[in-house]
Amino acid sequence: MKKEDLPQDPGALDNFTREVCYVKNEDGKYETALSKGWEVKAQALDSAWEDVNARIEEARQAVKNGEKSPIHYFMELRLMDLPVLSGYTGFFPFFIKRHLKPAIFAGLSDRKLAKYATAFDVTVEELKNFKG
Amino acid sequence: MTEPLAFGMGSGLFYIQIPFLTVNNGPAISFRTMPGAIFKRTCKSLGVDVTRKKFSNVAAAEAFLDQKVREGIPVGCQVGVFHLTYFPKEYRFHFNAHNLIVYGKEGDQYQISDPVMEDVTTLSRPELTRVRFAQGPLAPKGHIYYPEKIRPITDDMIRKGIVSGIRRNVRDMIRIPGNFAGVNGIRHTSNHIRKWRDKLGLKKASLYLGQIVRMQEEIGTGGGGFRFLYGAFLEEAAAYLQDDRVSNISEDFTKAGDMWRASAIKMAGVYKGRLTEQKDFEEIADMLLDTRLVEKEAFQKLASLNLGK
Repeated sequence: MKKEDLPQDPGALDNFTREVCYVKNEDGKYETALSKGWEVKAQALDSAWEDVNARIEEARQAVKNGEKSPIHYFMELRLMDLPVLSGYTGFFPFFIKRHLKPAIFAGLSDRKLAKYATAFDVTVEELKNFKG
Repeated sequence: MTEPLAFGMGSGLFYIQIPFLTVNNGPAISFRTMPGAIFKRTCKSLGVDVTRKKFSNVAAAEAFLDQKVREGIPVGCQVGVFHLTYFPKEYRFHFNAHNLIVYGKEGDQYQISDPVMEDVTTLSRPELTRVRFAQGPLAPKGHIYYPEKIRPITDDMIRKGIVSGIRRNVRDMIRIPGNFAGVNGIRHTSNHIRKWRDKLGLKKASLYLGQIVRMQEEIGTGGGGFRFLYGAFLEEAAAYLQDDRVSNISEDFTKAGDMWRASAIKMAGVYKGRLTEQKDFEEIADMLLDTRLVEKEAFQKLASLNLGK
């Protein structure tokens, strides 16, 4: 990549940082240059977030329709999957899958709910009363 | 000591598509060796002893960090970025292989130097502990490391480090067995891309391509999936070794980096919804195959150089 080709497209990094890139200068030697961002990259990030938001919305609907427990919604909201949530709560994925069912979720003890609430950064009340 | 030199001596350039593993619901692809391994090899060839520690006990991890900070030793910490407060929200995924340096403490704020930031920053104790004990794949478990003994470094050591670094990288890229790592890994991914549109549907296939671009051009890669960084390393290596053949091969890596970027632009066309045909996926796959050839030839040239021991 030549130095003059280094993209300077605005993106999520504005007001945060610029990134170091290795580019060729006029003499054909490598040197570092700072880039504000690259459109191609910003779009990759945007499309990833579009997907995340669609998944969150889908999860919200599922909770609303009584198909899934609130844990499913908060799991998507915090971008977690089963192994990650399992790490934060200490529950085995097998049990978490069970807790995603509304009927089983309704019978969970406050102690177990508290573990989920800490992992999701919400209060137990918020977790219990989430209706979609 | 410069970044490209450290990267090259640690044989940083790599390619792997890890089978079965998915990250953020996409394929797990990496363009470099694990940063811990690069650091380890570089330190070894420079004769620097590094102590590293992991903790199962949170309190012990905090106490150990405090002690090192009091002794005035800067320490590296592996952290997860999801709870890293100073990161922009858009970048906060569950990614656990980020590293930062704690170099001091002021009041109850730890002073942090983060490689992606232009400036230094601070974190409070609960914030730091939280990211040091992030969960999920590659959980850091409070992983902490620092240099123990530093001896003077001679040019001769650097030269030796460069040669062994290049040799090890040749091994990793073209002699590694199996089909999903090294230059053959690029072909592996290319074959997958051909099938993605039919197998996964257009939407998921384009998300997968987006994931490749994000892995390739993530902050701190130096652009082009580390290929430019390796090019810069070979250029510096040529100066140390007084060998023009090495700097000629550097050009090949610049070319490979440019090709990676060109294919990223093409992939962007897909996830923007501009390109939707199977032939576009075929074209991307072919671009990767061309890139593979360039890299393979470059490493074969490196292998055939007689760089001494």
